[in-house]
Amino acid sequence: MAEMNEILFVLGMPLFGGLVLAFLGGRPGAAMLNVLFSLLTFIAGALLALRVVGEGSILAYDEMFFVDSFNVFLVALTAFVAFTTALFSRPYMLNELHHGKLSAGMLRLYHSMYQMFIFTMLLALLTNNMGILWVAMEAATLTTVLLVSLYRTPASVEAAWKYFILCGVGIAQALFGTILLYFAAEKVLGAGGTALLWTHLNEVKGELEPTVLSLAFVFLLVGYGTKVGLVPLHNWLPDAHAEGPTPVSAVLSGLLLNVALYAVVRSKVLVDGALETRFAGDLMMGFGLLSVVVGAFFLSRQKDVKRMFAYSSIEHMGLMTFAFGMGGPVATFAGLLHMTVHSLTKSAIFFTVGHAAQKTGTQMMDQIRGLADTNPTIGWGLMLGSLAILGMPPFGVFASEFLILTTAMREQPWATPILLLALGVAFAAIFSRVQAMVFGETTAKRLPHPPALIPVFVHLAIVLMLGLYIPPYLAEWYRQAARLIG
Amino acid sequence: MPISLQLINLMAALLLLIAFAMLSQRRILSLIYLFAWQGAVLAANSVIVAWSTGQTHLYYSALVTFALKVVVLPWILHRLIIRLNIKWDVETLINIPTTMLAGIALVIISFNLALPISQLAGTITRGTLGIAIAIVLLSFLMMITRRKAVPQVIGFLAMENGLFFAATSTTYGMPMVVELGIALDVLIGMVILGIFFFQVREAFDSLDLKHMEKLREE
Repeated sequence: MAEMNEILFVLGMPLFGGLVLAFLGGRPGAAMLNVLFSLLTFIAGALLALRVVGEGSILAYDEMFFVDSFNVFLVALTAFVAFTTALFSRPYMLNELHHGKLSAGMLRLYHSMYQMFIFTMLLALLTNNMGILWVAMEAATLTTVLLVSLYRTPASVEAAWKYFILCGVGIAQALFGTILLYFAAEKVLGAGGTALLWTHLNEVKGELEPTVLSLAFVFLLVGYGTKVGLVPLHNWLPDAHAEGPTPVSAVLSGLLLNVALYAVVRSKVLVDGALETRFAGDLMMGFGLLSVVVGAFFLSRQKDVKRMFAYSSIEHMGLMTFAFGMGGPVATFAGLLHMTVHSLTKSAIFFTVGHAAQKTGTQMMDQIRGLADTNPTIGWGLMLGSLAILGMPPFGVFASEFLILTTAMREQPWATPILLLALGVAFAAIFSRVQAMVFGETTAKRLPHPPALIPVFVHLAIVLMLGLYIPPYLAEWYRQAARLIG
Repeated sequence: MPISLQLINLMAALLLLIAFAMLSQRRILSLIYLFAWQGAVLAANSVIVAWSTGQTHLYYSALVTFALKVVVLPWILHRLIIRLNIKWDVETLINIPTTMLAGIALVIISFNLALPISQLAGTITRGTLGIAIAIVLLSFLMMITRRKAVPQVIGFLAMENGLFFAATSTTYGMPMVVELGIALDVLIGMVILGIFFFQVREAFDSLDLKHMEKLREE
């Protein structure tokens, strides 16, 4: 077992950054420091990914951490989007400061909690212990509660309260699921630390008590599913996205939902092995399909732009859950690809939406007009991002949705028309709204701090590339991960 | 029936009693005392289980439980209600008898739910799993029926107590590292909520959650 300094750096950077920014986070240069720490985390994550691609899965530090191609790709994605969001957040938060919506103290809280949030997500991804996974997911909620209520308006405080209570109760279910998992594992692996280690569980999954495991999975799915935003457990999600600062909406949508889904998929692998039925997959397909449909229909009724894209996230998370539920190499491959492209596209959209809302001083879509006129990059960024998220070719979302739909046609034909209908509704709703926001007359002001829009186009360029051409090493990486998940 | 088992059953019964008492308690201060008692009984239960089964790690677990749930959390809650000036607040609860009846129904459901699992368990404490699930559900009921922020949070903490009790009765507790992690989460959560209560009061001029109905889907 070689020393794994990369893991130490990946986790240490954001933790250290969170501590440093807890003291310095309100200073003028703090935003740059936030970018710097996120960049270092990303470099460490990339090095870790290179190593895993080269050497295969790694167990490190007394089996506390486990890295395989499934989680290392999410680590790289999380660290990357965290970095670009930090880039975006610098001018965004300076503008908010300029508009008097924030104080230096709030900014300090924001920077420190931002890094801590990244830390908890990376810990959830890297840990081998299903119990620590739970602890990290709960900590991820805790670090973001005060970020959602950062503006201290009644609506944002209410959103944060809802977020805390609903996710707290939800995640309590996941704790019970974890207890049940430990209960089943302890009979096979014996009491003590190793019985919750995923790698050990994976080895003996065939011997675990099926009734207990199926019950455990129901609780784990409901618990982590609350954080994924699966309908009917999604109520916190639109509020938290709409009322919090935009960089927080971007990392919630682009990263936290993915990490929660990761927890569900990890549990599913164990349950599938123990049950040898389609129970877990069917349950996920049901929840996923419901989320796609409800997300699509609700988003067409929204007036607030961030709420609309929050519902779009519910829809897309539902689609991924459906894909992982369906299982098999192609659907899982598509699910992983969709995780990547959704995360990149949705955060890019939130970047543009955030600046658009700052320019017009409102999040109400009927008052945002003519973005392409005053600031073509924001306008076109939003337009291209929306086209990408709606699954227009040649963007990567098209490729993943196409794969999911064609697999569904073959394996679950009954679900295909429902999926197509929901995607159509989402398309009509988002496209017409975005078109009105991008074109037309405008009264928008210039921003005191020029927005950082490079991340938007970098994200969209990657998504475009993934639609046209998936590099062989990346495809191989996804395939490996898909094999692991099964 | 050995004496340790009788003691464990006694502790479980006490926990259930406390859960019902919390459900009907209207004074915030008394609610905090009840929560501290719940923690104390939990810690005592862990000590008895540790003593009768030789699971030494449960002694540490009991120590952490005692420090966190009997000393630190009640102290933070107590400080909070003094600072927020709601120490003598009395909540008007509608329909205590109905809530109690619903609670009894929940207990019956819990015992049915626990039966298949506890039959598989090899622990001497397996009979108490039903009570553990009942505590979780009763705390949930408490969260639903309360309209004020502090009692809702106490309900949330009581739910965590129920889960902790479930872990002790089915498996003699989770691995130590996980238990410490959970304890850390609970502590951080309490500190964050402490800050958050002031934000709630600042935004709504009260800790009454009935003001929170702005965010609705039309």
